[in-house]
Amino acid sequence: MSDINDKVIEYTAKLARVKLESAELGELSPQIKGILDFIGKLEETDTGDIEPTSHILPVNNVFRADEPAQSLPVEDALSGAPRRRGRCFSVPKVIE
Amino acid sequence: MELYSMTGSQLAGLLAGRKASPQDIVSSLSRRAAAKEEQVRAYVRFEGGLESIPPEGGVEGKSPLSGLPVSIKDNICTRSFNTECCSRILSGYKPPYDATVVSRLKKAGASIISVKTNMDEFAFGSSTENSCFGPSRNPWDRRCVPGGSSGGSAAAVAADEAVFALGSDTGGSIRQPASFCGVVGLKPTYGRVSRYGLVAFASSLDQIGPITKDVRDSAMLLNVIAGYDPKDSTSVNEPVPDYTACLGRPVKGMRIGVPKEYMVEGIDPQVRESLLRALEEFRRLGAVCEEVSLPHTEFAVPVYYIIATAEASSNLARFDGVRYGFRAADAGGLHDMFSRTRGEGFGKEAKRRIILGTFALSHGYYDAYYLRALKVRTLIKEDFDKVFSGFDCIVTPTSPTPAFELGEKSGDPLKMYLSDICTISVNLAGIPAISLPCGFTGKGLPVGMQIMAGHFKEETIFKLAYAYEQAVSARERRRPEL
Repeated sequence: MSDINDKVIEYTAKLARVKLESAELGELSPQIKGILDFIGKLEETDTGDIEPTSHILPVNNVFRADEPAQSLPVEDALSGAPRRRGRCFSVPKVIE
Repeated sequence: MELYSMTGSQLAGLLAGRKASPQDIVSSLSRRAAAKEEQVRAYVRFEGGLESIPPEGGVEGKSPLSGLPVSIKDNICTRSFNTECCSRILSGYKPPYDATVVSRLKKAGASIISVKTNMDEFAFGSSTENSCFGPSRNPWDRRCVPGGSSGGSAAAVAADEAVFALGSDTGGSIRQPASFCGVVGLKPTYGRVSRYGLVAFASSLDQIGPITKDVRDSAMLLNVIAGYDPKDSTSVNEPVPDYTACLGRPVKGMRIGVPKEYMVEGIDPQVRESLLRALEEFRRLGAVCEEVSLPHTEFAVPVYYIIATAEASSNLARFDGVRYGFRAADAGGLHDMFSRTRGEGFGKEAKRRIILGTFALSHGYYDAYYLRALKVRTLIKEDFDKVFSGFDCIVTPTSPTPAFELGEKSGDPLKMYLSDICTISVNLAGIPAISLPCGFTGKGLPVGMQIMAGHFKEETIFKLAYAYEQAVSARERRRPEL
């Protein structure tokens, strides 16, 4: 796990759609490396045939009857929009 | 005695006897907050007083919480009132709906305080220093943090600026601040309380729970917020008992396990002493205390910081400047708008966790980090299953240290993460746990002890916590006047 460098962190930030200023990258990068080194402790465990736990209770798919019910009114859903047009959220142009 | 300094159950008694009105109580709290907020800063966007949100719709039946005010953490949705997770990216956000816990409180006739309590941004932290509104202070010593992330809720209750408060707990965010502030905080069993309307941090770990002045109030509040909710598919359809009914029952013969892994190096000697005295008290009450082992404890922090950040990175993907909150100005195209909004809107710790989580889930690292963490989570859960097959409860310190000073850990994220060492395993195992005061350091800072039990065994916890509280009246030592 030692192959983690600034480039990897910068690339990960890009994947996560978080724009970092170079000063920020300089601060975050060693911190994240330090945390990952600490997390590397997990390599000490023998996890060969252990089942992973992603959910603690024995709950699987939860179904309900497919019946129409009241949903959030459009005006309410749009009430927090930074920008809207008519009954839609408005965003910068996707395709030139 | 002023109304603001009373417990919820005392106030309920006054209301029932018509010796006070709900408005009297809110006014008393409001005067108290007006006088003390400058020093404590438990609430965000506080403008000189507290008001309650007018109830909508009908009140169903008569609840002991009827007429009593509840303060709400800034990550729990309150319809038409600011819910900002103490983050710039949600600045000004007023949700169009109530969280299920809030609507349950309203239906029970409780009044909701309209300004929210302070927290670490998106609940990422252990001190409230990561709030975009600035930190809250510990009412016992204002040089110290109140803990976090529900530090505002704990400080408000400790400073008598709130009667009841709700917090959320993903790795200790209710229990650790309760311990630092000398109040009672409960993390219920995963699935006991609906998460609908709680802004998600780590969905497999998050639970909402009460922060109160004593154990009875904790049980009263859980009575109202617990229960199945079709809007949260992880809430569990188990009957909700009257949690106050078990208070006062004998604890003679109860079996308490004390894990040796929690009493090792790094623990403050005064915390250790307080806990040992508490165990003596349990023995006097007729309980049996024995050393047990939770051998995978040392892996809990690394497992947590993979699972919690992985889930957070995916949950926080929704904050993109499109539907609510902050949007960066002058963005070029759509992707530029996303990246700039998130770069400018999230604070440092949020960015750190999003990047860590994205990394743990990314191609080439998934098996080494995320999958391995899920497997070790199984081992941690099995440790608890084994102990609970022979014991009713597990008792530990809530935090290895009392409240630390502002700035003491904020420059070193790993050091801050390690302060959660006693509380994190509980979330990984999904079990309930309470923190209640069990003594003071020489400097007069509160020390908390944690009682854990098996899934849906909140009654066992309340019974033992109440017996202890009655036996030692831990609140005897008064907080220094603010």
